[in-house]
Amino acid sequence: MAEFECIEELQAGLPPDAIQNVETFRGEVTFVVNPEQIVEVCRYCRDTKGLEFDFFSGLTGIDYYPSEPRFGLAYHLYSLIHNHSIRLKVYVSGDEPVAHSVVPVYTAANWFEREIFDLLGITFTDHPDLRRIMMPDDWNGHPLRKDYPLGYETVQFSFNRDEVTLHKPYAKE
Amino acid sequence: MTISEHQEDWQQDLEELKGLVSERALAGDTMVLNMGPQHPSTHGVLRVLLELDGETIVSCVPDVGYLHTGIEKNMEAKKYEQALVMTDRTDYLNNLGNNLVYCLAIEKLANLDVPPRAQYLRVLLAELTRINSHLVWLGTHALDIGAMSVFLYCFREREKILDIFEMISGQRMMTSYIRPGGVWRDVPPEFEPAVRAFIDDFPAKIDDYENLLTNNPLWLDRTEGVGFITAEDAIRYGCSGPVLRASGVNWDIRKALPYSSYEDFDFDVPLGQHGDVYDRYLCRIEEMRQSLRIVRQALDNLPDGPSRSNNRKYVPPPRSELGHSMEAVIHHFKLWTEGYRPPKGEVYVRVESPRGELGCFLASDGTPKPWRVHFRTPSFVQLSALPKLSDGHLIADLVGIIGSIDIVLGDCDR
Repeated sequence: MAEFECIEELQAGLPPDAIQNVETFRGEVTFVVNPEQIVEVCRYCRDTKGLEFDFFSGLTGIDYYPSEPRFGLAYHLYSLIHNHSIRLKVYVSGDEPVAHSVVPVYTAANWFEREIFDLLGITFTDHPDLRRIMMPDDWNGHPLRKDYPLGYETVQFSFNRDEVTLHKPYAKE
Repeated sequence: MTISEHQEDWQQDLEELKGLVSERALAGDTMVLNMGPQHPSTHGVLRVLLELDGETIVSCVPDVGYLHTGIEKNMEAKKYEQALVMTDRTDYLNNLGNNLVYCLAIEKLANLDVPPRAQYLRVLLAELTRINSHLVWLGTHALDIGAMSVFLYCFREREKILDIFEMISGQRMMTSYIRPGGVWRDVPPEFEPAVRAFIDDFPAKIDDYENLLTNNPLWLDRTEGVGFITAEDAIRYGCSGPVLRASGVNWDIRKALPYSSYEDFDFDVPLGQHGDVYDRYLCRIEEMRQSLRIVRQALDNLPDGPSRSNNRKYVPPPRSELGHSMEAVIHHFKLWTEGYRPPKGEVYVRVESPRGELGCFLASDGTPKPWRVHFRTPSFVQLSALPKLSDGHLIADLVGIIGSIDIVLGDCDR
């Protein structure tokens, strides 16, 4: 995979508090971005000559429960022109899970943000169409959160047959 | 139901539609039509809410999630090796490609080496999977547009590929054959003649499909100039794979960021010019030919040697060692009871699936279970571009457009 060599260049053109940390793991560069400035950083990454991250690869939401800040958002950007990629990362508090939408910069982020809103319950401000996407509209809770139970069915044996039948969800007379 | 109850229902429906369709629809000037989720041309369970002015599409709102099975949540509750079987079930036409991207992510996380023979086998099988997926696409896409017989021919050839998969793994579709550190076990001796028979036979079949469709005036009428997207818009909407290349953008992950020894192979990347349904069709047909070239090279140059890494911290020892090596027994026991613990970290790996960029984000917290697995699936992203693709087209063209972006709803909803 093509290494990213513009770490200083990316930091130089941005306000000093925009990038909080730079990490490298297995050749992948991650910039931890100030949550307030993610839209500006994205726009800078897209429009600056030499960076030109024109392709929005994806957005992943991660739940770090029980640590705080609880949620992480990983933006994967790629440049078709220079063939390099980076990850921007934003941490979102669990008490007030709100982040800024990057749809004004990257149209492709639209459904990714809807998915995270649906499955992790993070609200994106300025999103044009923030509705649930995977779960039904009237669903309660956010399934990908770590404190949301996985759910399973008790195996029915002869010793507990009646008890399991009693709790099965099908319609009763 | 009384009339007032009916009216109440109706009002509720209208409330739900607000914001999704224009004011004209609420006033009754345009018609709102629900397509799917049970519709033969939606390739699964896709629901599309259409607003029509006569036969012209004014707006189109795709509604996905009917096949959401919580695979990512389930994988978090399983050990790395156990979770592998879930990946087959996401994109059920690209099973080996999904295995591959997940294994590449684990290997990157754990710094695990893969022997050359396994890498070549992975490339060979990934390309056979690509042909398999394109055959299903071509058959169903042509069926949607009205060319019935192509479907039967495509499925005839696909059956041969599934036979090869069954030969190596015992399963036709959910193979789970590619494992972290290599492949499950070496291919049997009858594998090579079977693949050779297929690649000798198949080029003539592609010509047959082309004879049926490429210059067919009915096919041209239904596909040329339909569902076009410019290169800028395709990049903006995150389209990848044949959809992006049909618009003239030369980006193939196998060339740009080679993985699993793709840099050793000689193949061309077909490009389109107009970005319409017809160019996407031509691109995929040519891709099948290029895939055959790769398969032939991989088979000719298949290196000898082990087909799985011998790093015993991640890969179980072979059965033959268990009889005489105490260490092998310990590794075997540890791996199948506790699993392995990759170091803490986060990686993102992308591969070229038949539909486009398939990415896997894998976060490890140093325990035997993945903390978070996320698949960036091409169907999901390309489906979000459907309103752009179908804008201003006739409703009859919509099935052609949905077919041409080659969605798999299992891939989209996960």
